[in-house]
Amino acid sequence: MLDQLENLGAAARTELNQLTNGSTLDAWNSKYIGRKGEITQMLRRVSELPKEERPAFGKRANELRQELEAEFAEKEAVIKAAELEQAMAAGALDVSLPGRPVARGRLHPSTQTLRRIYAIWAEMGFQVYRSRDVETDEMNFQLLNFPPHHPAREMQDTFYTTNPDVLLRTHTSPGQVRVMRQYHPEPIRVILPGMCYRHEQITARSEIQFHQVEGLAVGKGIRFSDLKGTLINFTNRLYGQGRPVRFRASHFPFTEPSAEMDVQCFLCDGKGCRICKYTGWLEILGCGMVHPTVLRNGGYDPSIYSGFAFGMGPERITMLRHGIEDIRYFWGNDLRFLEQF
Amino acid sequence: MKVPISWLKDFVDITLPIEELAERLTLAGLEVGGIHKIGLPGADLEWERDKLVLAHLLKVEQHPEADRLVLATVDIGAAEPETVVTGAPNLFEYVGQGDISHLGLKSPFVMEGATVYDGHAKEPGVKMVLKGRKIRGIMNRHMLCSEKELGLSDEHEGIILTATEDAPPGTPLLDLWGDAVLDIDLTPNLIRTGNILGVAREVAALTGQTLRYPDTTLPSTEGVPVNDQLVIETTEPELNPRFVAILVNGITIKPSPYWMQRRLRLAGQRPINNIVDISNYVMLEMGQPNHTFDWDVLRRRADDYAGPNEPVKIITRLAEPGEKVTTLDDKTHTMPDFSILVTDPKGNLSIGGIMGGGESEISDASQNVLLEAAAWNFINIRRTSQALNIYSEAAYRFSRGTHPSLAMFGALRGAKLLADIAGGVIAPGILDYYPHPAETVTVDLPQAEVTRLIGIELSVDEIKQILESLEFEVEISQSPISNLQSPVLHVTVPDHRLDISAEPVTGRADLVEEIARIYGYDRVPVTEMADELPPQRNNLPFEREERTRDLLIQTGLQEVITYRLTTPEAEVRILGQDYVAQATYVTLANPSTPERSVMRHSVLNSVLEIVAENSKRHAHVELFEVGHVYLPNPNGVGEAAILPDEKRRLVIAMTGPRSEMSWLPTDAELMDFFDLKGIVESLLDGLHLDQVAFKPAQHHAFYPGRVAELEINGQSVGLMGQLHPYVVEAYDIQIEEDQPVLAADFDLDALLAQVPDLYAVRSVPRFPPVQQDIALVVDETVPADQVYHLIMQTGRPLLTEASLFDVFRGEQIGAGKKSLAFSLTFQSEETTLTDKVVAKQQQKIVKRLAHEIGAQLRG
Repeated sequence: MLDQLENLGAAARTELNQLTNGSTLDAWNSKYIGRKGEITQMLRRVSELPKEERPAFGKRANELRQELEAEFAEKEAVIKAAELEQAMAAGALDVSLPGRPVARGRLHPSTQTLRRIYAIWAEMGFQVYRSRDVETDEMNFQLLNFPPHHPAREMQDTFYTTNPDVLLRTHTSPGQVRVMRQYHPEPIRVILPGMCYRHEQITARSEIQFHQVEGLAVGKGIRFSDLKGTLINFTNRLYGQGRPVRFRASHFPFTEPSAEMDVQCFLCDGKGCRICKYTGWLEILGCGMVHPTVLRNGGYDPSIYSGFAFGMGPERITMLRHGIEDIRYFWGNDLRFLEQF
Repeated sequence: MKVPISWLKDFVDITLPIEELAERLTLAGLEVGGIHKIGLPGADLEWERDKLVLAHLLKVEQHPEADRLVLATVDIGAAEPETVVTGAPNLFEYVGQGDISHLGLKSPFVMEGATVYDGHAKEPGVKMVLKGRKIRGIMNRHMLCSEKELGLSDEHEGIILTATEDAPPGTPLLDLWGDAVLDIDLTPNLIRTGNILGVAREVAALTGQTLRYPDTTLPSTEGVPVNDQLVIETTEPELNPRFVAILVNGITIKPSPYWMQRRLRLAGQRPINNIVDISNYVMLEMGQPNHTFDWDVLRRRADDYAGPNEPVKIITRLAEPGEKVTTLDDKTHTMPDFSILVTDPKGNLSIGGIMGGGESEISDASQNVLLEAAAWNFINIRRTSQALNIYSEAAYRFSRGTHPSLAMFGALRGAKLLADIAGGVIAPGILDYYPHPAETVTVDLPQAEVTRLIGIELSVDEIKQILESLEFEVEISQSPISNLQSPVLHVTVPDHRLDISAEPVTGRADLVEEIARIYGYDRVPVTEMADELPPQRNNLPFEREERTRDLLIQTGLQEVITYRLTTPEAEVRILGQDYVAQATYVTLANPSTPERSVMRHSVLNSVLEIVAENSKRHAHVELFEVGHVYLPNPNGVGEAAILPDEKRRLVIAMTGPRSEMSWLPTDAELMDFFDLKGIVESLLDGLHLDQVAFKPAQHHAFYPGRVAELEINGQSVGLMGQLHPYVVEAYDIQIEEDQPVLAADFDLDALLAQVPDLYAVRSVPRFPPVQQDIALVVDETVPADQVYHLIMQTGRPLLTEASLFDVFRGEQIGAGKKSLAFSLTFQSEETTLTDKVVAKQQQKIVKRLAHEIGAQLRG
């Protein structure tokens, strides 16, 4: 019977070696080493042997079964690996085909720029303060040191309404007076974003509405040098570390001294190009020390308090950064434009 | 303003290269927008030093073969004279006069091989190289040229011919007329620099040079004193604070000298004749607009109204109602009642500070002129100029503020030039009506103020030097109280300036600005703010608005920002005729386009316009906007009574197939009410608003039966649903037949006010849930959310979730019925639920629903 066992083992091995796929593997397993397999059956026939032969036979039969099981496992692994490889080869994809479309929502480009501005100023301690679009002449002009009929009003083409005291704000600056009146005599650091309006023809270069972000800091001992430092911190964040800037004297009725801040053209690195009109500089914001009259109108004593203010245009910043040449794209909301952001 | 460097050099030495000078001026607030070089290196046309020289005209002869050509013989400083063939019309008068060298006529001479502009080219800026050629049999190598050929102006009527150029023949034109013109953009406050002298003063201060003034010394006078021949009266000294007049007799009208013409052209003024040119020249040079009357016209009028021996009487007064003035450009204007006129008893003569009248203007026959230089109230000039739509050079200067002291200076300068250039004889005396001379402004500036406002430490001497460079007078005094206090500078403002306030705090700030500007903003150090940090303030309305945007883009919506200006007619499409007819809009008095005339009441209208535009090219459009509407505020007091209530709205609009086209199978079904609702639910979920209800609603703009009112915590925040087909048609939205257009229009302030500050998070369950499906047959009229709420109410707390997964209608369940299938999730926080407990709970639910709404468990 031992011979019979060895022969069976040999046959099983021969057959195992010839196997090539998963299904024949299963059949082999049941035929030889499964619960009803021939090796198992033979093990059960141990009782047919004389008592003294039983231990040797049993031992050998168990050994053989373990050997075959090990060989089976090895063979199984080889065949499974081959089969997996084959299956994967058949399932290769054209990875150049486009992916399944995902509906990605987007913020309007102005909002994206506004948020970048908010974030930078927030880290410097400037909170957002919003005020109204439709304003009184007093808030938009008079309290900001533009008397009626003053020539400085010509700098801003105004939309007036059928009520002569009411207009569409031409800048976010009336918010300066509102925030000062609300918070005085505490120190202030705010930015004032909002939509502004100017009486213009709608062309590629001019719009009747546009965003502005104004900033205001009021306190004791705020100096023009602080204005420079604070705005340079901002431009380092928005336009790149160390990009050269310059401050030019300018005029706004509500600041004194007033300045325009230019940043070296980031499109040509100051060499001169069409966008910077070959000057090497881009005008990015107007700024200055808050005029004593405006401080006074806001409730602060200008001989004790001082402050600075600045204003910038998110649409202009967006246009410069992305090479947009037509400001009408912003309110046109053509998806072919919006989907590029 | 155009500033020729050659003119500037009359008043200040230029010590910097032009580009550097332009940069310094720009940084000091006189923004140089461009530098136009003429002849100089770097100019578009560079004049070759040895090929373009000054020639002295010796004689002019007729070309033997051509009537319209002459031969001009000139001295160019060489051993032999040169002869050129030319057709210049202004040489013909000298033909046959023989030697004319005594006339001293000079002309620019260009040699063969030099490059000049082509005088005959139609386009400007076409260059040519001069080549010798035979002209009607005579070899010609060189030429005499026009201003156009040199690039001085577009003048090409004849060659430049001047008897007032003293330079010797052979002088390179480059040294003589090579120039650069700065184009300076001036902010309104800088009108004091809106003239050559004003710019020179800035240059002197910025570069440490000394300013030279133009010559105003009058030659000897003759005749009857002006004050015996003229009286002046003004009814409005506030509007016309000063009136200066000088009488100049015996002038000769002729073209002004070439140097003056050249400067005027470079500055952008067209030369007319010597009298008009002198008037313009004085204004451009030192900033005082002035006017020359034909004295004989004034005199003849006086003969009429007063008699031959009575003086001429000039009256400045307000216009009479409906009074008309014909200005020297032959236009007739009806004057507003606040405008001020220069008149005599017979009628008006000119519009004060704006433009002269036609009758008394200088003509070719004028012999005696009255030169007037006055001061006018700048605000009144600005109003008048705007009302009449006349933006003359005079109005430009007066409307920005021209100091009364300049009137005398300008009159003297003008009289000097009238005598020197037009051969006039000045009558003795000057009429100077100046009842209330402008007060001299003084400001006390503590040294410490410069440090406090600018952050620079300047010594009193440095501050003094800067202010004196701008012609302020400065005295320094130590504060008498204590050495610890800062020294004070007593500053007297020069009398050409109107921009330094007499009010102490503002005046100090005005001076500090001047100090910083001349010191140089670029030299001010860069510091960090050192003052106290302000308190931070809660700002939830802003934070929640931004959160709303984030939640909406997460659902795939595109944000838009639209015009807040619209028309009532546009809004009728969504708000309806009844609403718009009664609505009060913020209405523009001066719209720039008729499509943008009022502040909107509807954001949805704006967004639907954008949907319509995009629907021409895109099948799938999903947009939202967060924006304001401007509603009347009938109960407002104070400023709120005249200002609108600015309310935030949230609008969503969407249409088209659910997903984009792809090579892969996608959901190409059209979006419907429930796509919109899903987005709204997702937003509400993200804002942690759970007490929400969607109630059936009715609105003329929406599809009946497909519109819901959103309630949060029992408060309505707006409507959402499928738009009425008429509305879709009114906006011309390009869609497939029966394609729904969905929209939501919410009061964002009301919605965000409901957002909880805090929300609790449940612990993650430790025990397994049990799922059971249940299908209930109910009447068609029973809303699904009623069934849902009943299930939840009854099943709680073990029932944690009931989600609707099927709605079925069919014969099996009978007409007028529907089957709603829910998947129920039971879960306990304390124990693993047994089937028995769950079955009992489910029975309770079925029983309750059967009792309340007659629901039957579907077999």
